[in-house]
Amino acid sequence: MSVWDYANPKKFIDTTTPLIPWVSGLALLCLAVGLAWGFFLTPDDFRQGSTVKIIFLHVPAAMMAINAWIMMLVASLVWLIRRHHVSALAAKAAAPVGITFTLIALATGALWGQPMWGTWWAWDPRLTSFLILFLFYLGYIALWEAVPDPDTAADLTGMLCLVGSVFALLSRYAVNFWNQGLHQGATLSLDRQENIHDVFWIPLLVCIAGFVLLFVALVFMRTGTEIRLRRMRALEARARRLEA
Amino acid sequence: MRDLRLAVRAGGGFGLALAFFLIVVVLVPFAVGPEAAVLARIGPGVLWVAALLATLLSLDRLFALDWEDGALPLLATSPLPLEGVALVKAAAHWITTGLPLSLAAIPLGVLLHGEGAALLWLAGTLLLGTPALSVIGAFGAALTVGVRRGGLLLSLLVLPLYVPTLIFGAEAARRGAEGLDATVPLLMLGGISAGSLALLPFAAGAVLRINLR
Repeated sequence: MSVWDYANPKKFIDTTTPLIPWVSGLALLCLAVGLAWGFFLTPDDFRQGSTVKIIFLHVPAAMMAINAWIMMLVASLVWLIRRHHVSALAAKAAAPVGITFTLIALATGALWGQPMWGTWWAWDPRLTSFLILFLFYLGYIALWEAVPDPDTAADLTGMLCLVGSVFALLSRYAVNFWNQGLHQGATLSLDRQENIHDVFWIPLLVCIAGFVLLFVALVFMRTGTEIRLRRMRALEARARRLEA
Repeated sequence: MRDLRLAVRAGGGFGLALAFFLIVVVLVPFAVGPEAAVLARIGPGVLWVAALLATLLSLDRLFALDWEDGALPLLATSPLPLEGVALVKAAAHWITTGLPLSLAAIPLGVLLHGEGAALLWLAGTLLLGTPALSVIGAFGAALTVGVRRGGLLLSLLVLPLYVPTLIFGAEAARRGAEGLDATVPLLMLGGISAGSLALLPFAAGAVLRINLR
């Protein structure tokens, strides 16, 4: 019994399908509790007022946007090295979820920035890195859509994910450097985890747990769909062959 | 050497990239107004972006012609490994676009009111940075070689990869032009070029092999 047993598509589906209601139920529970607690039961911040409460959506979404890419990187590596189809399909399934989290993080950030910074958008290093991450997700998904043969598409997107990860990291540091060069540290981002008070910290943790569980549930669901879709195509192809 | 000549011929029409570069640079003053101070300030950045777009323009033909006429499988069976083919193709692409673009940046910089030292800095950073653009582009072209009408997809894939090169290149050119210390961005730019040259041909070769399967 090892983790590689789950590379068998049937075993993967058999294991994850009964888990999906539990994981998504737990995700909904965590999100409901965390968001309700965060929105209604925490005090307003001394300087930011009630706008501080957007962190309960913003921070978990941003964290998961990055973690989703890391998960895609690991899955791509597993596919390129050990050729397990489930792994490639999981990477494919995670990409749209990741891009959605990236968009949520960007949108909530803009909504918070408008009253707080007085602008929807600033070319701050963090904001810019997320925009670049969004572009990487876009390219990755577009390449999956463009290549018709599934195995070739999996190989090509896997290579793109590897090379893209290196350049995404490089961009992160380049953007840091670029902004310092222009603005001399005029950034307004807080080091949230150092400064934040427990009153906000605990519901935030619940929200983060909710987002992680939501991501796991969505990836399980979408990977299962991809596997079944692949199986259907194979059956159709076999039926056509038998007719001919 | 035969491969190089072949690649140069396949990459042909490189005058087009230069003309595109010229037109973009000429259009900028029409859009932002003719004040000399503004143009001199944004000049290095504009020229870097224009050079980047001009590089992008000729990328989709890097492998596509050989793919269509079936020369790519032949190259794959030649004694030169595909990694080498990718590197030679990228080198040929650089000689036909990056090099002339860097040289053309000097007269075009004059159009945007660049001064003597600023122009040298601009051409120098372009010379240092465009090899990275060509190699990254070769990787992108190898990824999309099997996709019909892959030009737009190619731009979508390659542009995010160009971000660090653009940032450090334009920053070094700007700092050099203003007489500030440009060592750090210059070193980073050279590092990106050297690293891309050393590693990306392997990625491009692997991708070509996948596409030829």
